Order: sequence, then C-alpha cells, then structure tokens
Amino acid sequence: MWNEILLTLQDANTQWVLFGSILLGIASGVLGSFALLRKQSLIGDAMAHAALPGICIAFLLYGTKSIGWFLIGAALSGLLATYFIQSIIHHSRIKEDTAIGLVLSVFFGFGIVLLTKIAQSENGNQSGLDDFIFGQAASLVGNDVKVISSVAIVLLIITYLLFKELKLFTFDRQFAKGIGLPTGLLNALLMTLIVSAVVIGLQAVGVILMAAMLITPAISARYWTDRLDRMVIIAGGIGALSGTLGTILSSMANSLPTGPVIVIAATLMFLFSLVFAPKRGLVSKGVKLYKLRKEVARETVLQTLYDLTESTTTSGGEIEFTPQAIAERRPMSDRKLQANLLSLEKEGLVVNSGDKWKLTSNGAVESYEITLNNRLFETYLMYEMKFAHLQLAANDSWNYKELSAETLNELKGYMAVHDRTPKLDPELFATFGNHDEQKREVN
Amino acid sequence: MNPVDISNVTVAYDRKPVLQEVTFNVPEGKLIGIVGPNGAGKSTLIKAILGLVPTASGTVRIYGKPYKAQRKLVGYVPQRGSVDWDFPTNALDVVLMGRYGHIGWFKRPGKKDTKIAMQALDKVGMKEYADRQISQLSGGQQQRVFLARALAQDATVYFMDEPFVGVDAATEKAIIALLNELKAQGKTVLVVHHDLQTVKEYFDWTLLLNKRQVALGPTEEVFTIDNLQKTYGGRLAFLDQQVNQPFVQQ
Amino acid sequence: MSYGAWIILTGSLVGVSCGIVGCFLILRKMAMLADAISHTVLLGIVLAYLVSHSLEGIYMLVGAGIIGLLTAFLVQVLDTSGVQSDAAIGVVFTSLFALGVILLSAFAGKVHLDVNHALMGEITFIPWDTLTINGMDLGPSAVWMLGFVLILNLILIFFFYKEIKISSFDPAMATAIGIPVIFIHYLLMSMVSITTVASFDSVGAILVVAMLIVPGATAYLLTDRLIIMLCISAVIGVASAVGGYYAALAWNISISGSMASIAGLIFGLTFILSPKHGLLGKVLARRSISTQHS
Repeated sequence: MWNEILLTLQDANTQWVLFGSILLGIASGVLGSFALLRKQSLIGDAMAHAALPGICIAFLLYGTKSIGWFLIGAALSGLLATYFIQSIIHHSRIKEDTAIGLVLSVFFGFGIVLLTKIAQSENGNQSGLDDFIFGQAASLVGNDVKVISSVAIVLLIITYLLFKELKLFTFDRQFAKGIGLPTGLLNALLMTLIVSAVVIGLQAVGVILMAAMLITPAISARYWTDRLDRMVIIAGGIGALSGTLGTILSSMANSLPTGPVIVIAATLMFLFSLVFAPKRGLVSKGVKLYKLRKEVARETVLQTLYDLTESTTTSGGEIEFTPQAIAERRPMSDRKLQANLLSLEKEGLVVNSGDKWKLTSNGAVESYEITLNNRLFETYLMYEMKFAHLQLAANDSWNYKELSAETLNELKGYMAVHDRTPKLDPELFATFGNHDEQKREVN
Repeated sequence: MNPVDISNVTVAYDRKPVLQEVTFNVPEGKLIGIVGPNGAGKSTLIKAILGLVPTASGTVRIYGKPYKAQRKLVGYVPQRGSVDWDFPTNALDVVLMGRYGHIGWFKRPGKKDTKIAMQALDKVGMKEYADRQISQLSGGQQQRVFLARALAQDATVYFMDEPFVGVDAATEKAIIALLNELKAQGKTVLVVHHDLQTVKEYFDWTLLLNKRQVALGPTEEVFTIDNLQKTYGGRLAFLDQQVNQPFVQQ
Repeated sequence: MSYGAWIILTGSLVGVSCGIVGCFLILRKMAMLADAISHTVLLGIVLAYLVSHSLEGIYMLVGAGIIGLLTAFLVQVLDTSGVQSDAAIGVVFTSLFALGVILLSAFAGKVHLDVNHALMGEITFIPWDTLTINGMDLGPSAVWMLGFVLILNLILIFFFYKEIKISSFDPAMATAIGIPVIFIHYLLMSMVSITTVASFDSVGAILVVAMLIVPGATAYLLTDRLIIMLCISAVIGVASAVGGYYAALAWNISISGSMASIAGLIFGLTFILSPKHGLLGKVLARRSISTQHS
C-alpha cells in the first residue's frame, strides 16, 4: 500500500498534478469561506455548471484545447450566469433558489448541446472536454498545472492583500459602504475571485462536484473556529488535504474519476468536524446538553420541592410531598423523578418518609439558592431590554452572584413587584424542619 | 365551561424560559387583548395554545377539551408577514382555506364553502377583491383577507396575532367593527396587541404578559399604571402618558 | 408509432410530470433541494442494482425513492444541527452523488449504466428498449414507467391538492387546523424522487432539473392561479420536449441538452415579455404611471 503510494508519488506528472490539486484545494477552501458566509454556496454550484458552455465556446472559437482560453471562457460564462441569477431575482417574483436552479440547469443543458456539437467535429474526439464533467486530474499536463497554480496563487495573494476589506464587506455590507469602501467593486471582485477558484478546479474536480470544493472545506472549518482568519486557513488546509487524498487515490485506481474521490475525502473531514469538533461538534454539544439536562432536572426537583413547601408553609401546612405532587407541578417522567430524588437523598438534600419527600435543612439552603437564582434570571429576562447595556451572562451560565450589587438590587426590586421573591428563608425553614429530623434520628 | 382554560403552561428552550407557568381562563364572549413588551411571549402563547410550539408543561383546554379535539371551534389569524404573498392564488382562494379544516381529507370546497367564504369577504369589505391576486392587495387588504379566512373557519374562539400592525385607518376600523360583531355573537377573541394607547378603547378584557402573566381581567380594572409598570418595568413617566393621554405615539 | 413520435412522447411525459411537481417545489422554495435529489437518485439506482442485480424499473423506483427521502432527511438533519441550509444541501448532494459515481466506476463492468448516461440520458435508445408481455410488443418500457409515474403524481396531487396548497402557502395555519405538514413535505419529496428516477434513464439528471424548475418558473411569471400555473407548466414542459426534439434533429445535437435549452429559451422570452410579471410589462406599467402623473 505505502509502496504503491510512494511509487505513484515518484512519477513526475503525478507530482505536478498533486501540486496543482493542493493549491486548488487551498484557493477553493479560502474563497469558499467567503461564499459560505455570504450564503452564496449554491451560486458556486451554478457557476461551476454554467462554466461548461463557456469552455465549449472557447474550444469552438480557438479550435484546440487550451487551458488559458478555457479558463477565460468558463469565467465569463460563470459570471454571466451569476448576473442572470441576480437579475432574475431582482426583476421578477422568482426567488433565489429557483433562479439558481434554473440558470444552472439551462446553462448546463446548453453546454451539453455544445459538447455534442464538438464531438461531431473533426478534432472533437481528442478534445477531452468530457473530463470537465467529472474531472480527471490525471489528464492535466504540466502546462495546465502551471496555469492553474499561477491563478490559484494570484487569487490567494489578492485575498491576502484585501483580507480586511473583504472581511468587512462579507460581514456587514452596509457598514462597509458607510465607511466609504467601494462595495460594488468589492462585490464584483469577490464574485470574480470565486468564479476563478471554481474554473481552475473544473478540470480536476468537474463541473458537477466543484461546488463541494467551495462548500465542504469551508463549512467544516466553521466548526473549529469563530474567527474568519482562522476559518480561512483551516478551510484552505482541509481543501488541500482533500485534494491530495483524492489525487493520490484516483491515480492509483485508474478507473476512479478524481472529482468524486476528492469530494468524498472532503466529506469525511466534514463528518469528522460535525461530530468531533470542540464546542460545536455533535459529541461536545451532546455531552453539554446531557449535563445541562441532568442539572436542570436536579434543579427542577429541588425548586419544585421549594415551591411546594413555600406555598404550603406560608399557610402553615405540609412540608412533605409525594412524587405525584411534584410531577403535577412540573411534569417529569416517573423514572427520572425517582432517580433524581434518590441521588438528592444521597447528597443529603432530601429525605423520604413512606412515599413522601421533604427538603433537609441543607436541601433548604440549596433549593433556596437555586430558586433565587432562577427567579432572578426570569426577572432579568422579563426586563432584558432594560439590562441590555450590562451585557449580563445569559442562559446556562447565569449566576446571580456575579452581578453587581446595584444590578442585583434593581433585579430584586422587580422580582418583588411580581411577588416572586422566595419567601421561605432557609433559617425560617430550619425552625420547623429540625423537629422532624431529630425525630427521625432518634428512630 | 370556559372557552380558553390554560393551566401552568411553560415554554422553554433548555434553561431559557419563554413563557412561565401561565395560568388563566377567560369567560365567553369577550374581546381580550394580550399586551406586553417585545419578547414577552405574546405570539408564543398563541402558538403554544394552537400546538405550533412544544410546551414543556401545562395543559390547554378549549371548552374543556384538548386543542386537538376542538380544532373546528378555533380560528387563527397569523401575522401577515408569516406567508409569501407572491403565492399564485386570489383572495377568495385564501379565504376558502379557512374551510379546509371542516371539509376533511380528499374533498373539495363546495358551493356552500364558497358562499361562506364570499360572505366572510363581504364582512371585511373585500367582496369586490375576491378575484384579486393576493400580492396586488395592500397590506391592510391582506390583513382583511386573513380575517375573512378566520371568519370562514366559523369558529367560536379566535386567536389573532398582531392584526393591527401596518394597516391603514380604514382597515383598523373594519377590524374593530368585526371584533365587536364577533363579540355580539357570543364569540371569544384573543388578540395580540402592542399599541398601548388603543387597549382601553378596543378590548373589554386585557391579559398583561411578560414571560409570566402579570394580570388578567376587565380592562378598566387591569389596565392600571401599577400593572403596566409591572409589565413594562419602571418607566413610569412614559407609561403615565400612555395611559392617560391616548394621543402619544407608542 | 414512429421512432420520433416515441421520443417526443417520452420527452413530453417527462415535461408534464416534472412540470407539475416542479411548481410546488418553486412555491415552497425548495428548487435546490429538488436539484439535490435529482443528483442523488444516481446513488439510489446504483445501490438498487447492487442489491437486486436487476435494472427492472420497480427496483430503481424503490431505490431512488429511498435515497431521495434520505437526501431530504439528511438536509433537514444538518439544517437542524446548525449548518446553514444552502451549505447543507451542497454537502449532502455532492457527497451522495460522488458516492454514486465512485460505486458506478468501481462496478463499472457489472452495471449497465455509465456516468454520462446518468447525466445526459439515452433518449435515442428509448424506442428500442420495449416492454414485451406474452410476446406482445407494448412499446418502449420507459414510456410505460413515465406514464405510470405521471398518473401516480396526478392522483396524489388530485387527492392531496388542498393539503399541499395550504401547507405550501401557510404552514402554521395548516398545522393549526390539523394538516400533517411534515407528511406532505415528504410526500412531495417522494414524488420528486420517483419522477426523477423515471425520467433519469431517458433524459438524464440534468434535464430532470431543468424540467422540474424551468417550466414551473416560467408559469409562475404568467399566471396568478395555482391550478393554471400547473397547467401552463405542463404545457411548457411538453413544448420544450417537442421543440427540443426538432432542434436536436435539425442540428444533430444532444436531445436532452436541446430540450433544456429550449426550456431556457421559453423562460427567457417569458421573463422579458410576460404581460404581468415580465420586464417589458413592468417597464410599460411604469411608463403608463408616469404619463398619468405628468
């Protein structure tokens, strides 16, 4: 296996092709990140499909295969397709997805028409234009690779030089316009860069799957970082790696077209990112959600016991409650409730007598804290607008102890207005809790 | 039996509550305004009642039974912005959709349904627009079509989500007239509303909502500075103007 | 029937089937999902062959139906797990299609299908691949399959017309009155899948996409009634098929490519000339307003 790979790599042409694929992967990953963030991933798909008639026309006009003319033809028809998509959306009631699908399929159909026309002409057979549909990296010759690589390098340099402007433009077009950036020009430039990244990939990856080179590395990179500069680098890396794997595998097994193999390699990296990325990956999210649910369930049981005790003791009644009463207040499955009650018992926060449960004095302290915290959070949410300037922690990381005394007082004021102040002080609880516990200890 | 009886309804995303333990029931034949600040969960409350968002807990009863069993008794007017008005259909057709719940699977709207739909259009003053494509209607007219659709549902309880937003004065009057007519027929209407200055004028009952329910009852009892302060926070001076001077722009 | 007539009939059946189903996709803003499904059914066909070792229509329909639903489902899953929806569609369709192409290449010797065939179809061979029962020649099997799928689509749309309509226009209202919106969604996706696979063999993936989207989009510019939109779309589908066939005959070019191009041409003309929603109509309307005002 490794020998085979080494053998493949010793071939001069393969080295060239590999070099080209890597640069191609980097360029499409980098520019794909911008397309993704502008929610234009599928426009890349349309550009790729639309390149086919451009390539064919270039061939018909020039007469032989010429990578330079192909790129120009492909870029022009890709840009024309983009223009059509945008003007269909702008000038009619047709929405974006339909416009993309429409332009894509019609351009491609027309490309097929031209392809059959070329196949009938004298020199049609050696045109190798069919390779553009699924891509055949092995068909690249030294000259092709040189052109592709130069274009890729130019794209990367332009992106590097204008990174700041492109970033701002992608993030907030209005603001970019406001500070005097030529947004029309930047839009045209970015479109041209994306089209160029698409067209240099066509020969290796093919028109149908080229969209994946823009989308998959970029969306995978999104999982690993929240910063555009890092995302661009990671996407470039994933693109390069997919390009490498795809090229090597497909040159080893001759019957495999390069494009699909590169795409599958990229997809595997996407799946890996989707599942295992820290913070955003499914595993990490799942673990976090599991922990959160567990914590919420524990808090719910404690708070419910607190609520029930609060509502009865203020009228001087029960402090022991059946699981049914708890579930009635805040629905929870029997099994889950039972498990939570048992683990709270182990923590020494609740005790049971018969089928009834009550808070211990430790439990009273803990449940008071939880209730106070949650009620303050609710109150905060009710007046979120008023506290917006404070940039308080939200959701699962809310902790009232981190608030400033001033904010806390204000919140407590609102809480009191809504009659949500926890009435049952742990010390108060102790006065009628102790008696019971002592009795149990004696027993 | 109460037309709408809600107990302990909570809607939450993990730890973030959207609605907390909302419990109320409303008497029959009232116009009830659901009022509260942005993000108070007003639309969510309606959606939770209609089963459009999942509830974490609580029960919803329409005339004593779960919503699913009482669908035919309930009419719904969603926010106007929630649909694509370029959809190729005309006003009458949209109103006819109000009949779908009654028609059942596999059947088409019949003459009777068309008649009901036309009457509904007539009631909102849109009869002559029956054949008009819906994108060629003004915002107010679109809202009236939605109201007509709810009328065609021939319900006993109506839920309306912000029907007064972005409509012209004529439409506003038409809606009010319609609400009063429904009330006269003994129907119950719950309306999400956020224009404080018209609450007293339009609704005989008010539900003040901010994540929790702050107050519910006859408007003159409930719509007080004190309760509004509780609902909206302490912007007292501003609220004072809202309640006492109905001319202030909200 | 003559050779040409069979091809025109095949193309027209594709045009009608796709044209009708496509309208709903456009109205539900799911054109690109249909594009995705029409690519991924290739995987369904290859897998169906590898499992059943047969190229019988029914296996293809089942295989494609399953993969079509899987595509819609995976897009939904990625969407809900936080991938933005255009990227979700892009990732799912490219990966499943790539898998299909790789399987096809790996088992190239065994499957009577090649990639170009999948893409462009072999409509020129359709008339020779006939269905024979008890020695009776019943005409091309593709026509039977397309006819069957068309009738199935028409029946489903006929019976679920008002449910499809309301869940496309106002899903919240539809849910509130008890219509199973999710069921309707997957019903439509199944219709797209089986329509695609029935059309696949004759016209290839790319024309399927064109036929699903272009006639519907054209009809959308011509009428404000759903039922009329469906009819116009079907007519444009047929017109593209017929026009495409004769254009292909005249210039000796790919029939399916030519059908897609004609469909595009019809759209282009409509986009400019449509009285209500065309460019010209809008310009005229603007001018008449400005003359009224002046």
